[in-house]
Amino acid sequence: MKVNDVILQTYTKAVAFIILIFSLYLFLAGHNQPGGGFIGGLMTSAALVLLYIAFDMKTVDNMIPIDFRKMVALGLTIAVFTGFGSFIFQVPFLTHSFGYFRLPLLGETELATAVMFDLGVYLTVVGGTMTIMLAIAEDDD
Amino acid sequence: MNNLVVMPIVLPLLTGAVLIFFREQIIVQRFLSLVSVVVLIVISFLLMQQVKQEGIQTLYAGGWLPPFGIALVADMFAMLLVLTTAIVALCCLWFSFRSIGNPRERYYFYPLFQFLLTGVCGSFLTGDIFNLFVFFEVMLMASYVLIAHGGTNIQLRETMKYILINSVSSTLFVCALAYLYSVLGTLNMADLSLRVAEAGQQGILNVIAVLFLIVFSLKAGLFLYFWLPGSYSAPPTAIAAVFAALLTKVGIYALFRTFTLIFYHDPGFTHQLIAWMAALTMIAGAIGAIAYQDVKQILVYNVVIAVGFIVFGLAAMTSASLQGAIFYLLHDMIIKAALFLLGGAVIGIAGTSQLKRMGGLIRRHPLLGWLFFLAAIALAGVPPLSGFIGKLQLVQGGIQAQMYGIVGISLVSSLFVLYSVMKIFMNSFWGETGESPIGGESQGGGALKGLLAPCAVLIGLSVVMGLGVEWMIPYIEAAAGTLLDPYIYIDAVLKE
Repeated sequence: MKVNDVILQTYTKAVAFIILIFSLYLFLAGHNQPGGGFIGGLMTSAALVLLYIAFDMKTVDNMIPIDFRKMVALGLTIAVFTGFGSFIFQVPFLTHSFGYFRLPLLGETELATAVMFDLGVYLTVVGGTMTIMLAIAEDDD
Repeated sequence: MNNLVVMPIVLPLLTGAVLIFFREQIIVQRFLSLVSVVVLIVISFLLMQQVKQEGIQTLYAGGWLPPFGIALVADMFAMLLVLTTAIVALCCLWFSFRSIGNPRERYYFYPLFQFLLTGVCGSFLTGDIFNLFVFFEVMLMASYVLIAHGGTNIQLRETMKYILINSVSSTLFVCALAYLYSVLGTLNMADLSLRVAEAGQQGILNVIAVLFLIVFSLKAGLFLYFWLPGSYSAPPTAIAAVFAALLTKVGIYALFRTFTLIFYHDPGFTHQLIAWMAALTMIAGAIGAIAYQDVKQILVYNVVIAVGFIVFGLAAMTSASLQGAIFYLLHDMIIKAALFLLGGAVIGIAGTSQLKRMGGLIRRHPLLGWLFFLAAIALAGVPPLSGFIGKLQLVQGGIQAQMYGIVGISLVSSLFVLYSVMKIFMNSFWGETGESPIGGESQGGGALKGLLAPCAVLIGLSVVMGLGVEWMIPYIEAAAGTLLDPYIYIDAVLKE
């Protein structure tokens, strides 16, 4: 029996975006405030899971054609490669650096290489969580 | 600072991550993982030479000096283990190419294998006790998946037990770390050692030491080995060989590290306890090894006996016994991998693991038979082979420490080891051709194709280790020297 969940779907269309923006905010705020790659990644997967709940799997898979297992691999690779810079600059492994740059629109901004590592964590967490969710969801046959 | 120290950890990690991208291209996966392990061997060898010439190599991750940052410490003990790990990994990987099967290969076998290596090498190289916990978990997570990999009934049942017992022991590990941190306020091993020396090791610190002993004994199968026979006989041969050769050894390494570097001030209590546990492990392992008529079970109980044997060297704490324990540890990693691989091959061609149902294999597979024979006498410690010198030094060290009872137990247990593996040899290779269900004829020589080469490499290495003792002694002495005098380690890590 198919129930008509138009309210849930309409609601989701708005809320999923808010959650995504919030997760992005958490991800970027991690250096100076509570937040970071792990919680940001979990929030993003919460938004994706909401989409999967409101719509059926086929629709969302068409909407977001990402292989989440490869996302885990990508995240790990990025995180490891941020360490490899230290081989080039002759400093201990995983030494991070930061600097202040004048960017258009944002003005004076602090950019740190630690964000690259966090991006790796973020991708791994999103990929890992979604892989678990979807693997269980697809398991019914 | 030496960035090379992190390579044995990062190289398998990166390889594992990249291999996930090539899930369907099995040839690419095999090629990349093989290249990675070979490079790992080369790097660990170079690093070991560097340690020999320039002393202990350290790397302060992120440039933060200890005790504030995480230090990676490559001393001779760790490097010998990393090199042996890489060699064993190469042979098991080679064996798995022919034996593991396409479905498992497509479901991330090679990435998991690399992640397991990451955890093992990381545990050996880290100089921070919480980091040790993390690498233990990396190793265990990979081993959880590998033990269940393929999803046969027996694997699923044993995985449940394995995960349960390891979750409990990991929780205990965290509790022990929390106690230790609340008492001493630091997690760097070299710094911990200094703090324990300052505070004096009594009362609560002895309790924490025993908690660590329980945790690592659960991981190493020292007396608390009840989970081990089931878990190690469930997975396919190549995986079981990696487990038998590497996983318990990481627990043994952790025991050696903590009880020579941190908790070495009250040997009358802690090391006495370890000695009792080692003796009981040898007795119980020997009982298991002679009781069973099943190839897998016999080999698994031999793992247990070896744990008791090696840890007995730690309990005696003399120069000779530590050197013997290190030599025996290296020998045991190699020979256990060889025995498990050969045992797997025997079970493969006989179609059963019951000794009573096989026989006469030597007629069709002479090479396999004699390789197994060599591995068996190397395990028991017959002089020209690698098991001898380690046992000799262990016995010498034990007599110096006046632990005659345990020396006696260890010698008798060697006899039982020999009996148990010879039982496999005589029942499966000699005699009339067995009436096993698939038995002999149908499978013939084809089933063995490509499986014997990695075993031959391992056994060749064991012979080289036995004959080239003179060449190995400086390395072993350097490793034992660091264990006996913790200030060599502390100075190397905490120097300005």
